[in-house]
Amino acid sequence: MNKTSVSQFIKKYTLMIALGAVVLIFAILTEGSILNPQNINNLISQNAYVIILAVGMLMTILTGGNVDLSVGSVVAMIGAVTGTLMVTNGMNIYLTMAISLGLGVLVGAIQGFIIAYIKVPPFIATLGGMMIWRGVALIILDGFTISPYPDQYLNIFNSYFPNFLGGPEGLDLTCLVIGIIGVAVFAVLRYRTYAKEKNQTVKTTTLGGTIGSIVVVAAVGLYVTYKLASYRGLPMILIYLFIIIAIYHYYTAKTVSGRYLYAVGGNEKAAKLSGIDTEKVYFKAYTNMGFLSGLAALVVVARFNAASPTAGTGYEMDAIASVFLGGASAYGGTGTVIGAVIGALFMGVLNNGMSIMGIDANWQRVVKGVVLLAAVIFDVISKRKKS
Amino acid sequence: MADNILEMKNIIKTFPGVRALDDVNFTVKRGEIHAVCGENGAGKSTLMNVLSGVYPYGDYSGDIVYNGEVCQFNGINDSEEKGIVIVHQELALVPNLSVGENIFLGNEVGSKHNIDWDATHEKAKELLNTVGLDVSPHTLIEDIGMGMRQLVEIAKALSKDVKLLILDEPTSSLNEKESKELLDLILEFQRQGISSIIISHKLNEISYVADAITIIRDGKSIETIPNQDRTVDEDRIVRGMVGREMTDRYPDRDVEIGETIFELKNWTVHDPNHTERKAVNNVDLTLRSGEIVGIAGLVGAGRTELAMSVFGRSYGENISGQIIKDGQEVELKTIREAIDNKIAYLTEDRKENGLILSESIRINTTLAKMDKVSKNQTIDFEAEKAVAEQFRKSMNVVSTSIEQQIGNLSGGNQQKILLGKWVFTDPDVLFLDEPTRGVDVGAKYEIYTIINDLVAEGKGVIMISSELPELLGMCDRIYIMNEGRFIGEMDGTEATQENIMSMIVTDAN
Repeated sequence: MNKTSVSQFIKKYTLMIALGAVVLIFAILTEGSILNPQNINNLISQNAYVIILAVGMLMTILTGGNVDLSVGSVVAMIGAVTGTLMVTNGMNIYLTMAISLGLGVLVGAIQGFIIAYIKVPPFIATLGGMMIWRGVALIILDGFTISPYPDQYLNIFNSYFPNFLGGPEGLDLTCLVIGIIGVAVFAVLRYRTYAKEKNQTVKTTTLGGTIGSIVVVAAVGLYVTYKLASYRGLPMILIYLFIIIAIYHYYTAKTVSGRYLYAVGGNEKAAKLSGIDTEKVYFKAYTNMGFLSGLAALVVVARFNAASPTAGTGYEMDAIASVFLGGASAYGGTGTVIGAVIGALFMGVLNNGMSIMGIDANWQRVVKGVVLLAAVIFDVISKRKKS
Repeated sequence: MADNILEMKNIIKTFPGVRALDDVNFTVKRGEIHAVCGENGAGKSTLMNVLSGVYPYGDYSGDIVYNGEVCQFNGINDSEEKGIVIVHQELALVPNLSVGENIFLGNEVGSKHNIDWDATHEKAKELLNTVGLDVSPHTLIEDIGMGMRQLVEIAKALSKDVKLLILDEPTSSLNEKESKELLDLILEFQRQGISSIIISHKLNEISYVADAITIIRDGKSIETIPNQDRTVDEDRIVRGMVGREMTDRYPDRDVEIGETIFELKNWTVHDPNHTERKAVNNVDLTLRSGEIVGIAGLVGAGRTELAMSVFGRSYGENISGQIIKDGQEVELKTIREAIDNKIAYLTEDRKENGLILSESIRINTTLAKMDKVSKNQTIDFEAEKAVAEQFRKSMNVVSTSIEQQIGNLSGGNQQKILLGKWVFTDPDVLFLDEPTRGVDVGAKYEIYTIINDLVAEGKGVIMISSELPELLGMCDRIYIMNEGRFIGEMDGTEATQENIMSMIVTDAN
């Protein structure tokens, strides 16, 4: 590797390197507590909702830097609905989940319609939604908290993948095997991409980069699954997250509708004159955000085992921060699902590490704000130098 | 020794990886109009940016001697203080502020904490009179056309007590009549003692207005041609710019013209902002396969509006009339329907409406017809790369690879990609709106060749251009449009600039 490819590598993987550095710093400062099996497990379950929301937020931001401020309130409102139906009225849990997700789609579609077809600026439309749905959540719950949820429901999100392979005491063999398979699949896919490009003139990958990414992913993946295996095994929520991330990564990177998101964010007028139904692109992005808010609501009530009228406060900001940390442009048109997920993890590690260290919650906010600003400033300056 | 207002000596300016200016020497005599010519990317704009202080002293090597003293500008404010004012190609006016506010933006009348609006508008009115623009200083910029905006920009320059006026492509978005007025204005300034530097691709204008012409090629100053007696012909300038003889600026075409493939009947379109006004009024048009048909007219005649209204009603309200394609009436309610009916529209404004500058050649090439490189909504990246590579090669696009960002390419190469994007949609009928705007001479020839190849395949082209020589050089037939109507039609062989212009002028009376 020569000098330019090293600096290109650093530029491309800035966030991942920073994430690694932050983990390392916390590992030293907390004397390894952050890497405890139980804590790694907690990191995943604590941050599941941010990852889900960040994926949805990425897509609205791609359309032109447009955010959705209503997601925290929608999470609270849908949480309140699940509580009322499932806990208070004893409705079937699967039916309740379907209704909740449907309600998320409906809320998203209403806001999407107002944004895409009535052309109200997204900031204002979703600011309205933020107030409305928080109010509706308070009305439904009348200010009270509903709990506890049925065990059967909690199990869907809080349980672990059954260990049918057994294994020695304190080591979940199934979890480990799944981890190894996952890493192997990743390695094969990466290598195939590289091999396919080998005979083409246009190359987006290098042998070094391919091997490097396989080594890093294998090391991190195996380390995390080993830790999880020595706690209670593979959390179901992690499996759901992988499925969601895979679907949305595929959607944004490989489908025509995904390409249109980038096109609209890059130049809306040019996209329109290329025959793209730009209104539909907006509508879909916001409808999907509603759907994922519904999903996040299901995850959140299961984690807290309660529907609370103040749930979800500030979630929209966590999601937005994750997306921008993940390298998305504030003007739209650039950003990836993987970036947003890593951004969310980065925020999660910061939260978690500082909590373990016993740093005052007020100071934690200050630190997170500074980190977000620093990351974006770094990004803006490095782009300016390039041009 | 001659009295020089400006001497730029041995200017060298490098960017990472390229030497944009390589030992450029450039001298402007006091009171002269000096043209700078060169292909896109030759270094003209960089040279002007060095002069006006956009690239501060120390960022380049060499000397700027202005009025006999060596200058060290650290920013535009420094050069403006000395009376050097640049009017950029992309106009720097704020659309939602008034003409008066724009003229004195950054240079407000009155005190810092209390702007004197009466004096502002008073002074603005005087400046507007000087440039011959009859609008109220209270008019918003967004409500006036490009030609007027250019004049406002010049009025703004005058407000700064200008000694040396730099105009970067001042007529690129103006029609012939407006261009002539602008050039005469520059000549009038000359009589008042203002020196000017004018950058332009329009060689006829240069030979009309310039006292001297400096040619820049590949970052080097090649030569300065005196033109006091206005005898330098365009071919002489072209020769200097491209470094070779360009015997013919329009490639030959030998195409059999076939059946009628496209017709418009009684096509009428209303202006969405003033619904009682007809932007296009009862137009009949026919196009045969293998034919290039031009639409000549002044800016605002309704040419772009005509093309866009046909293209999936992307312009206008209350549209009436018939579109007949291959003998059958079609309704094109959306742009998608227009593309699927094999109609393409190449926009006049590639940066605003045509390309996604932040994306690659590959992504821009396939955007208008993704179903050709995808299956069940999933993109076939191999196919997409192959398509992009094929167009990059066949259109002779100078670039590192298909993954290069469009924004980093020169205007000519961007335009080729835009044309490629529409060719990729397999159109039968192409509306080409200013297909060579802001494109240098060499790339123009290549674009003309591509257009000829398209009609040779039996497609039909409708070409809109504000450059009459281009229409005369390329078209088999020319419609003349004025105030929304077709007022005449001429065969390509009988049409001349004079008879087209006289037809428009007569109609206007």
